[in-house]
Amino acid sequence: MSNTTFDGYLRPDGSVGVRNIVAVIPSCGCAQHVARMIAAAVPGAAVVDYSGGCGETAADLNVATHLLAQMGRHPNVIASLVVSLGCEGLDARDLSARIAEGWAPTELLVIQEMGGTRKTIDRGVEIVRGFVENVADYQRTSCPASSLTVGLECGGSDATSGLAANPSLGVMADLLVAEGGRAILPETSELLGAEHILMDRAATPDLASQIERVVKACERELKATGEDMTGKQPSPGNIRGGITTVEEKALGDVLKGGSTPVVDVLTYGQPPRQPGLSFMDTPGNDLASVTGLAAAGCQVIVFTTGRGNPMGNAIAPVLKVTGNPATYARMSEDMDVNAGEVVEGKATVTEMGERIWELVLATASGQETAAERTGHQEFMMLRKGPLY
Amino acid sequence: MLPNVLRLHPDDSVVTAIRDLAEGEQLCADGLLPKVSVRQPIAFGHKVAIRAIACGEHVIKYGASIGVAVADIAPGEHVHTQNLASVRGDASR
Repeated sequence: MSNTTFDGYLRPDGSVGVRNIVAVIPSCGCAQHVARMIAAAVPGAAVVDYSGGCGETAADLNVATHLLAQMGRHPNVIASLVVSLGCEGLDARDLSARIAEGWAPTELLVIQEMGGTRKTIDRGVEIVRGFVENVADYQRTSCPASSLTVGLECGGSDATSGLAANPSLGVMADLLVAEGGRAILPETSELLGAEHILMDRAATPDLASQIERVVKACERELKATGEDMTGKQPSPGNIRGGITTVEEKALGDVLKGGSTPVVDVLTYGQPPRQPGLSFMDTPGNDLASVTGLAAAGCQVIVFTTGRGNPMGNAIAPVLKVTGNPATYARMSEDMDVNAGEVVEGKATVTEMGERIWELVLATASGQETAAERTGHQEFMMLRKGPLY
Repeated sequence: MLPNVLRLHPDDSVVTAIRDLAEGEQLCADGLLPKVSVRQPIAFGHKVAIRAIACGEHVIKYGASIGVAVADIAPGEHVHTQNLASVRGDASR
Protein backbone atom coordinates (compact mmCIF):
# COMPACT_ATOMS: atom_id res chain seq x y z
CA MET A 1 0.00 0.00 0.00
CA SER A 2 1.48 3.36 -0.99
CA ASN A 3 1.09 6.64 0.83
CA THR A 4 -0.97 8.80 -1.49
CA THR A 5 -2.44 11.83 0.28
CA PHE A 6 -4.76 14.74 -0.37
CA ASP A 7 -5.52 17.92 1.57
CA GLY A 8 -8.73 17.37 3.50
CA TYR A 9 -10.39 18.56 6.68
CA LEU A 10 -9.81 16.24 9.62
CA ARG A 11 -13.01 16.27 11.73
CA PRO A 12 -13.20 15.80 15.51
CA ASP A 13 -14.77 12.34 15.02
CA GLY A 14 -11.84 11.19 12.85
CA SER A 15 -13.69 11.43 9.55
CA VAL A 16 -12.27 13.55 6.71
CA GLY A 17 -14.25 16.18 4.82
CA VAL A 18 -13.37 17.68 1.46
CA ARG A 19 -15.74 20.69 1.62
CA ASN A 20 -17.07 22.94 4.42
CA ILE A 21 -20.79 23.06 3.73
CA VAL A 22 -23.56 24.41 5.95
CA ALA A 23 -26.53 22.18 5.13
CA VAL A 24 -30.08 23.49 5.25
CA ILE A 25 -32.38 20.48 5.49
CA PRO A 26 -36.16 20.76 5.04
CA SER A 27 -37.91 17.93 6.88
CA CYS A 28 -40.77 17.96 4.37
CA GLY A 29 -41.73 19.38 1.00
CA CYS A 30 -43.79 22.13 2.65
CA ALA A 31 -40.59 23.48 4.22
CA GLN A 32 -38.63 23.30 0.97
CA HIS A 33 -39.24 26.88 -0.13
CA VAL A 34 -38.16 28.37 3.18
CA ALA A 35 -35.07 26.13 3.29
CA ARG A 36 -34.16 27.06 -0.28
CA MET A 37 -34.50 30.80 0.43
CA ILE A 38 -32.28 30.51 3.51
CA ALA A 39 -29.57 28.57 1.66
CA ALA A 40 -29.71 30.90 -1.34
CA ALA A 41 -29.13 33.94 0.90
CA VAL A 42 -25.85 32.71 2.37
CA PRO A 43 -22.79 31.74 0.28
CA GLY A 44 -21.39 28.51 1.67
CA ALA A 45 -24.83 27.10 2.51
CA ALA A 46 -26.54 24.39 0.47
CA VAL A 47 -30.05 22.99 0.61
CA VAL A 48 -30.58 19.23 0.92
CA ASP A 49 -33.67 19.54 -1.18
CA TYR A 50 -35.96 16.88 0.31
CA SER A 51 -39.52 16.95 -1.00
CA GLY A 52 -41.19 14.09 0.90
CA GLY A 53 -41.94 13.85 4.61
CA CYS A 54 -45.71 13.50 4.64
CA GLY A 55 -48.33 10.97 3.58
CA GLU A 56 -45.71 8.27 3.18
CA THR A 57 -45.36 4.78 4.61
CA ALA A 58 -43.55 4.43 7.93
CA ALA A 59 -40.82 2.51 6.11
CA ASP A 60 -40.21 5.36 3.68
CA LEU A 61 -40.25 7.98 6.45
CA ASN A 62 -37.74 5.90 8.43
CA VAL A 63 -35.37 5.65 5.49
CA ALA A 64 -35.72 9.39 4.82
CA THR A 65 -35.07 10.35 8.46
CA HIS A 66 -32.08 8.06 8.59
CA LEU A 67 -30.59 9.38 5.35
CA LEU A 68 -31.27 13.07 6.08
CA ALA A 69 -29.55 12.58 9.45
CA GLN A 70 -26.56 11.10 7.64
CA MET A 71 -26.53 14.11 5.30
CA GLY A 72 -26.41 16.37 8.36
CA ARG A 73 -23.53 14.32 9.76
CA HIS A 74 -21.67 14.02 6.46
CA PRO A 75 -17.93 14.78 6.77
CA ASN A 76 -18.32 17.57 4.18
CA VAL A 77 -20.88 19.32 6.45
CA ILE A 78 -19.65 21.67 9.23
CA ALA A 79 -23.10 22.65 10.55
CA SER A 80 -26.74 22.23 9.67
CA LEU A 81 -30.16 23.77 10.07
CA VAL A 82 -33.28 21.60 9.93
CA VAL A 83 -36.36 23.50 8.71
CA SER A 84 -39.63 21.87 9.74
CA LEU A 85 -43.18 22.89 8.94
CA GLY A 86 -44.53 21.54 12.23
CA CYS A 87 -47.28 19.11 11.24
CA GLU A 88 -45.43 16.76 8.83
CA GLY A 89 -45.26 12.99 9.18
CA LEU A 90 -41.47 12.93 9.43
CA ASP A 91 -40.36 13.57 13.02
CA ALA A 92 -38.17 16.67 12.62
CA ARG A 93 -37.18 16.70 16.30
CA ASP A 94 -35.94 13.13 15.99
CA LEU A 95 -34.06 14.09 12.82
CA SER A 96 -32.50 17.08 14.57
CA ALA A 97 -31.55 14.96 17.60
CA ARG A 98 -29.90 12.34 15.39
CA ILE A 99 -27.83 15.00 13.63
CA ALA A 100 -26.88 16.46 17.03
CA GLU A 101 -25.27 13.11 17.94
CA GLY A 102 -22.48 14.04 15.51
CA TRP A 103 -19.71 16.57 16.15
CA ALA A 104 -21.15 19.39 14.02
CA PRO A 105 -23.55 22.00 15.47
CA THR A 106 -27.18 21.89 14.32
CA GLU A 107 -30.33 23.95 14.87
CA LEU A 108 -34.04 23.37 14.27
CA LEU A 109 -36.61 25.94 13.13
CA VAL A 110 -40.33 25.15 12.94
CA ILE A 111 -42.21 27.40 10.51
CA GLN A 112 -45.55 27.12 12.34
CA GLU A 113 -43.89 28.05 15.64
CA MET A 114 -41.82 30.86 14.13
CA GLY A 115 -44.94 32.54 12.74
CA GLY A 116 -44.57 31.97 9.04
CA THR A 117 -42.34 32.13 5.99
CA ARG A 118 -40.52 35.47 6.35
CA LYS A 119 -39.81 35.18 10.08
CA THR A 120 -38.39 31.70 9.57
CA ILE A 121 -36.25 32.79 6.64
CA ASP A 122 -34.89 35.82 8.57
CA ARG A 123 -34.01 33.73 11.62
CA GLY A 124 -32.65 30.91 9.44
CA VAL A 125 -30.37 33.27 7.53
CA GLU A 126 -29.06 34.63 10.85
CA ILE A 127 -28.30 31.12 12.12
CA VAL A 128 -26.69 29.97 8.88
CA ARG A 129 -24.56 33.16 8.64
CA GLY A 130 -23.29 32.40 12.13
CA PHE A 131 -22.38 28.86 11.08
CA VAL A 132 -20.63 30.02 7.91
CA GLU A 133 -18.48 32.46 9.91
CA ASN A 134 -16.88 29.43 11.59
CA VAL A 135 -15.49 28.16 8.28
CA ALA A 136 -12.18 29.90 9.02
CA ASP A 137 -11.71 27.51 11.96
CA TYR A 138 -11.09 24.64 9.57
CA GLN A 139 -7.73 24.19 7.82
CA ARG A 140 -6.83 21.55 5.28
CA THR A 141 -4.21 19.03 6.34
CA SER A 142 -2.57 16.13 4.58
CA CYS A 143 -4.88 13.08 4.80
CA PRO A 144 -4.35 9.54 3.53
CA ALA A 145 -6.23 8.46 0.39
CA SER A 146 -7.53 5.56 2.49
CA SER A 147 -9.89 8.04 4.20
CA LEU A 148 -11.80 8.53 0.94
CA THR A 149 -15.15 6.97 0.08
CA VAL A 150 -15.97 7.45 -3.60
CA GLY A 151 -19.26 6.69 -5.36
CA LEU A 152 -19.21 5.16 -8.84
CA GLU A 153 -22.27 6.50 -10.65
CA CYS A 154 -23.25 6.34 -14.29
CA GLY A 155 -26.12 7.96 -16.11
CA GLY A 156 -27.24 9.18 -19.49
CA SER A 157 -25.30 6.23 -20.87
CA ASP A 158 -24.51 5.55 -24.48
CA ALA A 159 -22.31 2.95 -26.14
CA THR A 160 -19.16 4.87 -25.14
CA SER A 161 -19.99 4.41 -21.44
CA GLY A 162 -19.13 0.73 -21.71
CA LEU A 163 -16.25 1.29 -24.16
CA ALA A 164 -14.38 4.13 -22.46
CA ALA A 165 -15.81 5.94 -19.43
CA ASN A 166 -16.82 2.98 -17.26
CA PRO A 167 -13.68 0.87 -17.82
CA SER A 168 -11.60 4.01 -17.02
CA LEU A 169 -13.61 4.59 -13.85
CA GLY A 170 -12.99 0.92 -13.01
CA VAL A 171 -9.24 1.59 -13.13
CA MET A 172 -9.79 4.53 -10.74
CA ALA A 173 -11.80 2.27 -8.40
CA ASP A 174 -8.96 -0.28 -8.36
CA LEU A 175 -6.42 2.48 -7.52
CA LEU A 176 -8.63 3.75 -4.68
CA VAL A 177 -9.10 0.25 -3.27
CA ALA A 178 -5.34 -0.42 -3.54
CA GLU A 179 -4.84 2.65 -1.30
CA GLY A 180 -7.21 1.19 1.29
CA GLY A 181 -10.12 3.45 0.35
CA ARG A 182 -13.80 2.62 -0.10
CA ALA A 183 -15.61 2.50 -3.41
CA ILE A 184 -19.39 2.11 -3.73
CA LEU A 185 -20.98 0.61 -6.83
CA PRO A 186 -24.72 1.52 -6.91
CA GLU A 187 -27.65 0.97 -9.33
CA THR A 188 -29.22 -2.48 -8.99
CA SER A 189 -31.55 -2.15 -11.99
CA GLU A 190 -28.49 -1.59 -14.16
CA LEU A 191 -27.00 -4.92 -13.15
CA LEU A 192 -29.67 -7.14 -14.71
CA GLY A 193 -27.64 -9.44 -16.94
CA ALA A 194 -24.25 -8.65 -15.41
CA GLU A 195 -24.78 -9.78 -11.82
CA HIS A 196 -22.75 -12.94 -12.50
CA ILE A 197 -19.65 -10.74 -12.89
CA LEU A 198 -20.06 -9.26 -9.39
CA MET A 199 -21.09 -12.61 -7.92
CA ASP A 200 -17.87 -14.18 -9.25
CA ARG A 201 -15.97 -11.42 -7.44
CA ALA A 202 -17.88 -11.63 -4.16
CA ALA A 203 -15.51 -12.02 -1.23
CA THR A 204 -17.66 -14.80 0.30
CA PRO A 205 -20.34 -17.20 -0.99
CA ASP A 206 -22.84 -15.46 1.29
CA LEU A 207 -22.12 -12.11 -0.38
CA ALA A 208 -22.57 -13.73 -3.80
CA SER A 209 -26.04 -14.94 -2.80
CA GLN A 210 -26.85 -11.51 -1.33
CA ILE A 211 -25.99 -9.89 -4.68
CA GLU A 212 -28.17 -12.43 -6.48
CA ARG A 213 -31.04 -11.87 -4.02
CA VAL A 214 -30.94 -8.09 -4.39
CA VAL A 215 -30.81 -8.22 -8.20
CA LYS A 216 -33.56 -10.88 -8.40
CA ALA A 217 -35.78 -8.82 -6.08
CA CYS A 218 -35.30 -5.79 -8.32
CA GLU A 219 -36.12 -7.86 -11.42
CA ARG A 220 -39.26 -9.28 -9.73
CA GLU A 221 -40.40 -5.78 -8.76
CA LEU A 222 -39.90 -4.51 -12.28
CA LYS A 223 -41.68 -7.49 -13.86
CA ALA A 224 -44.55 -7.24 -11.35
CA THR A 225 -45.46 -3.95 -12.97
CA GLY A 226 -46.35 -6.06 -16.02
CA GLU A 227 -44.43 -3.61 -18.15
CA ASP A 228 -41.74 -4.28 -20.64
CA MET A 229 -38.76 -2.45 -19.20
CA THR A 230 -37.75 -1.39 -22.69
CA GLY A 231 -38.02 2.38 -22.88
CA LYS A 232 -37.14 2.72 -19.19
CA GLN A 233 -34.09 0.50 -18.89
CA PRO A 234 -32.43 1.32 -21.21
CA SER A 235 -33.88 4.84 -21.46
CA PRO A 236 -34.84 6.41 -24.81
CA GLY A 237 -31.57 8.36 -24.77
CA ASN A 238 -29.57 5.19 -24.07
CA ILE A 239 -31.27 3.56 -27.07
CA ARG A 240 -30.52 6.49 -29.38
CA GLY A 241 -26.92 6.19 -28.20
CA GLY A 242 -26.75 2.58 -29.41
CA ILE A 243 -27.59 0.60 -26.26
CA THR A 244 -30.35 -1.89 -27.10
CA THR A 245 -31.06 -3.95 -23.97
CA VAL A 246 -30.73 -3.75 -20.20
CA GLU A 247 -28.22 -6.64 -20.35
CA GLU A 248 -26.00 -4.65 -22.70
CA LYS A 249 -26.28 -1.59 -20.47
CA ALA A 250 -25.46 -3.70 -17.40
CA LEU A 251 -22.38 -5.32 -18.93
CA GLY A 252 -21.05 -1.86 -19.78
CA ASP A 253 -22.11 -0.44 -16.43
CA VAL A 254 -20.50 -3.06 -14.18
CA LEU A 255 -17.05 -2.19 -15.59
CA LYS A 256 -17.00 0.99 -13.47
CA GLY A 257 -16.59 -1.24 -10.40
CA GLY A 258 -13.10 -2.25 -11.53
CA SER A 259 -11.74 -5.69 -10.77
CA THR A 260 -11.42 -6.00 -6.99
CA PRO A 261 -13.52 -8.32 -4.78
CA VAL A 262 -16.97 -7.18 -3.65
CA VAL A 263 -16.53 -6.94 0.12
CA ASP A 264 -20.06 -5.98 1.15
CA VAL A 265 -23.66 -5.47 0.01
CA LEU A 266 -25.19 -2.26 1.38
CA THR A 267 -28.76 -1.03 1.66
CA TYR A 268 -29.73 2.36 0.20
CA GLY A 269 -27.62 5.06 1.86
CA GLN A 270 -25.81 2.64 4.21
CA PRO A 271 -22.22 3.71 4.93
CA PRO A 272 -19.56 1.14 3.91
CA ARG A 273 -18.44 -1.03 6.80
CA GLN A 274 -15.00 -1.86 5.47
CA PRO A 275 -12.39 -0.79 2.92
CA GLY A 276 -12.74 -2.10 -0.63
CA LEU A 277 -15.54 -2.22 -3.17
CA SER A 278 -19.09 -2.40 -1.78
CA PHE A 279 -22.23 -2.86 -3.84
CA MET A 280 -25.18 -0.65 -2.83
CA ASP A 281 -28.81 -1.50 -3.65
CA THR A 282 -30.11 1.70 -5.29
CA PRO A 283 -32.37 2.52 -8.22
CA GLY A 284 -30.78 3.29 -11.58
CA ASN A 285 -32.35 6.74 -11.36
CA ASP A 286 -29.33 9.04 -11.22
CA LEU A 287 -30.66 11.53 -8.67
CA ALA A 288 -31.92 8.89 -6.23
CA SER A 289 -28.73 6.88 -6.63
CA VAL A 290 -26.38 9.87 -6.10
CA THR A 291 -28.46 10.86 -3.04
CA GLY A 292 -27.90 7.35 -1.62
CA LEU A 293 -24.16 7.60 -2.30
CA ALA A 294 -23.88 11.02 -0.64
CA ALA A 295 -25.89 9.86 2.37
CA ALA A 296 -23.54 6.89 2.73
CA GLY A 297 -20.69 9.34 3.29
CA CYS A 298 -19.06 9.51 -0.14
CA GLN A 299 -16.91 12.65 -0.04
CA VAL A 300 -16.59 12.59 -3.84
CA ILE A 301 -18.74 10.93 -6.52
CA VAL A 302 -17.56 10.16 -10.06
CA PHE A 303 -20.33 10.09 -12.64
CA THR A 304 -19.82 8.71 -16.14
CA THR A 305 -22.18 9.96 -18.82
CA GLY A 306 -22.18 9.34 -22.55
CA ARG A 307 -25.15 11.50 -23.48
CA GLY A 308 -24.18 14.26 -21.06
CA ASN A 309 -25.85 14.62 -17.66
CA PRO A 310 -24.90 17.86 -15.85
CA MET A 311 -26.25 16.98 -12.38
CA GLY A 312 -24.42 17.44 -9.08
CA ASN A 313 -25.15 17.13 -5.37
CA ALA A 314 -25.42 19.61 -2.52
CA ILE A 315 -23.05 17.77 -0.18
CA ALA A 316 -20.65 15.66 -2.26
CA PRO A 317 -18.80 17.10 -5.29
CA VAL A 318 -19.68 15.12 -8.43
CA LEU A 319 -17.05 14.68 -11.17
CA LYS A 320 -18.29 14.13 -14.73
CA VAL A 321 -16.57 11.74 -17.11
CA THR A 322 -17.84 11.34 -20.65
CA GLY A 323 -16.62 8.66 -23.05
CA ASN A 324 -18.22 10.44 -25.99
CA PRO A 325 -15.93 12.99 -27.71
CA ALA A 326 -18.95 14.75 -29.28
CA THR A 327 -20.62 15.14 -25.87
CA TYR A 328 -17.41 16.57 -24.43
CA ALA A 329 -17.19 19.08 -27.28
CA ARG A 330 -20.87 20.04 -26.96
CA MET A 331 -21.13 20.17 -23.14
CA SER A 332 -17.57 20.90 -22.04
CA GLU A 333 -18.72 23.31 -19.29
CA ASP A 334 -20.50 20.36 -17.62
CA MET A 335 -17.73 17.79 -18.07
CA ASP A 336 -14.53 17.28 -16.07
CA VAL A 337 -12.89 14.47 -18.04
CA ASN A 338 -12.89 13.63 -21.74
CA ALA A 339 -12.60 9.84 -21.75
CA GLY A 340 -13.59 10.10 -25.43
CA GLU A 341 -9.85 10.11 -26.03
CA VAL A 342 -10.01 6.36 -25.39
CA VAL A 343 -12.51 5.90 -28.22
CA GLU A 344 -10.34 8.08 -30.48
CA GLY A 345 -7.25 6.00 -29.68
CA LYS A 346 -5.47 8.98 -28.05
CA ALA A 347 -5.32 7.49 -24.54
CA THR A 348 -5.55 4.03 -23.02
CA VAL A 349 -8.14 3.00 -20.45
CA THR A 350 -5.34 2.71 -17.86
CA GLU A 351 -4.08 6.25 -18.57
CA MET A 352 -7.61 7.61 -18.38
CA GLY A 353 -8.26 5.79 -15.08
CA GLU A 354 -5.07 7.30 -13.62
CA ARG A 355 -6.19 10.74 -14.80
CA ILE A 356 -9.58 10.31 -13.07
CA TRP A 357 -7.82 9.21 -9.87
CA GLU A 358 -5.60 12.34 -9.93
CA LEU A 359 -8.72 14.44 -10.41
CA VAL A 360 -10.51 12.71 -7.51
CA LEU A 361 -7.55 13.63 -5.27
CA ALA A 362 -7.48 17.22 -6.60
CA THR A 363 -11.24 17.52 -6.05
CA ALA A 364 -10.86 16.15 -2.54
CA SER A 365 -8.16 18.79 -2.00
CA GLY A 366 -10.58 21.56 -2.93
CA GLN A 367 -10.55 21.89 -6.72
CA GLU A 368 -14.03 22.77 -7.98
CA THR A 369 -15.92 20.36 -10.23
CA ALA A 370 -17.88 21.44 -13.31
CA ALA A 371 -21.15 20.73 -11.47
CA GLU A 372 -20.04 22.94 -8.56
CA ARG A 373 -19.07 25.78 -10.91
CA THR A 374 -22.47 25.62 -12.61
CA GLY A 375 -24.36 25.39 -9.29
CA HIS A 376 -25.86 21.91 -9.58
CA GLN A 377 -27.25 20.59 -6.26
CA GLU A 378 -29.79 17.93 -7.22
CA PHE A 379 -31.45 15.73 -4.62
CA MET A 380 -34.01 12.93 -4.74
CA MET A 381 -34.92 10.58 -1.92
CA LEU A 382 -35.89 7.04 -2.84
CA ARG A 383 -39.55 6.31 -2.06
CA LYS A 384 -40.74 2.70 -2.36
CA GLY A 385 -44.30 2.92 -1.09
CA PRO A 386 -47.38 4.86 -2.19
CA LEU A 387 -48.15 8.47 -1.34
CA TYR A 388 -51.32 8.88 0.70
CA MET B 1 -6.99 1.51 -42.59
CA LEU B 2 -7.91 3.04 -39.22
CA PRO B 3 -10.21 1.02 -36.95
CA ASN B 4 -13.86 2.03 -37.40
CA VAL B 5 -15.35 -0.46 -34.93
CA LEU B 6 -14.39 -2.02 -31.59
CA ARG B 7 -14.72 -5.70 -30.75
CA LEU B 8 -14.74 -5.98 -26.96
CA HIS B 9 -14.35 -9.76 -26.60
CA PRO B 10 -13.22 -12.58 -28.93
CA ASP B 11 -16.59 -14.34 -28.53
CA ASP B 12 -18.62 -11.31 -29.59
CA SER B 13 -21.03 -11.61 -32.53
CA VAL B 14 -21.37 -7.82 -32.78
CA VAL B 15 -18.93 -4.90 -32.89
CA THR B 16 -19.50 -1.22 -32.01
CA ALA B 17 -19.01 1.63 -34.50
CA ILE B 18 -16.55 4.25 -33.24
CA ARG B 19 -17.55 6.64 -36.01
CA ASP B 20 -20.56 6.95 -38.33
CA LEU B 21 -20.31 4.25 -41.02
CA ALA B 22 -21.64 4.55 -44.57
CA GLU B 23 -23.43 1.72 -46.37
CA GLY B 24 -20.92 -0.63 -47.97
CA GLU B 25 -18.00 0.32 -45.74
CA GLN B 26 -15.78 -2.56 -44.68
CA LEU B 27 -15.39 -3.12 -40.95
CA CYS B 28 -11.94 -2.68 -39.49
CA ALA B 29 -10.87 -3.33 -35.90
CA ASP B 30 -7.77 -4.12 -33.90
CA GLY B 31 -7.51 -7.89 -34.05
CA LEU B 32 -8.89 -10.19 -36.70
CA LEU B 33 -12.34 -9.59 -38.09
CA PRO B 34 -14.07 -11.52 -40.85
CA LYS B 35 -14.46 -9.49 -44.04
CA VAL B 36 -17.77 -7.73 -43.47
CA SER B 37 -19.28 -4.70 -45.18
CA VAL B 38 -22.10 -2.82 -43.50
CA ARG B 39 -25.51 -3.16 -45.15
CA GLN B 40 -26.88 0.20 -44.08
CA PRO B 41 -25.53 3.40 -42.49
CA ILE B 42 -24.51 2.79 -38.86
CA ALA B 43 -24.37 5.63 -36.34
CA PHE B 44 -21.48 6.11 -33.90
CA GLY B 45 -21.96 3.80 -30.91
CA HIS B 46 -24.32 1.42 -32.67
CA LYS B 47 -23.75 -2.29 -33.26
CA VAL B 48 -23.07 -4.32 -36.41
CA ALA B 49 -23.27 -8.13 -36.70
CA ILE B 50 -19.96 -9.71 -37.73
CA ARG B 51 -21.50 -13.11 -38.43
CA ALA B 52 -24.91 -14.56 -39.20
CA ILE B 53 -27.11 -14.71 -36.09
CA ALA B 54 -30.22 -16.88 -36.27
CA CYS B 55 -33.56 -15.77 -34.85
CA GLY B 56 -33.67 -16.97 -31.21
CA GLU B 57 -29.90 -17.05 -30.84
CA HIS B 58 -28.21 -15.03 -28.09
CA VAL B 59 -26.35 -11.94 -29.29
CA ILE B 60 -22.92 -11.70 -27.67
CA LYS B 61 -21.11 -8.47 -26.65
CA TYR B 62 -18.56 -8.05 -23.81
CA GLY B 63 -18.34 -11.86 -24.10
CA ALA B 64 -21.86 -12.26 -22.64
CA SER B 65 -25.47 -12.34 -23.79
CA ILE B 66 -27.07 -8.94 -24.37
CA GLY B 67 -30.39 -10.55 -25.38
CA VAL B 68 -31.81 -12.71 -28.17
CA ALA B 69 -32.19 -12.09 -31.88
CA VAL B 70 -35.87 -11.70 -32.79
CA ALA B 71 -35.10 -11.96 -36.52
CA ASP B 72 -32.38 -13.58 -38.58
CA ILE B 73 -29.46 -11.17 -38.69
CA ALA B 74 -26.97 -11.16 -41.57
CA PRO B 75 -23.32 -10.16 -41.22
CA GLY B 76 -23.00 -6.38 -41.70
CA GLU B 77 -26.53 -5.70 -40.47
CA HIS B 78 -27.37 -3.05 -37.84
CA VAL B 79 -28.21 -4.82 -34.56
CA HIS B 80 -30.62 -2.81 -32.44
CA THR B 81 -34.20 -2.77 -31.17
CA GLN B 82 -35.61 -4.02 -34.52
CA ASN B 83 -33.84 -7.39 -34.31
CA LEU B 84 -32.54 -7.74 -30.71
CA ALA B 85 -34.69 -8.06 -27.57
CA SER B 86 -33.87 -8.16 -23.88
CA VAL B 87 -34.50 -11.38 -21.97
CA ARG B 88 -34.13 -9.81 -18.53
CA GLY B 89 -36.01 -6.58 -19.05
CA ASP B 90 -39.17 -7.80 -20.72
CA ALA B 91 -42.05 -9.02 -18.54
CA SER B 92 -43.35 -11.19 -21.40
CA ARG B 93 -40.17 -13.28 -21.61
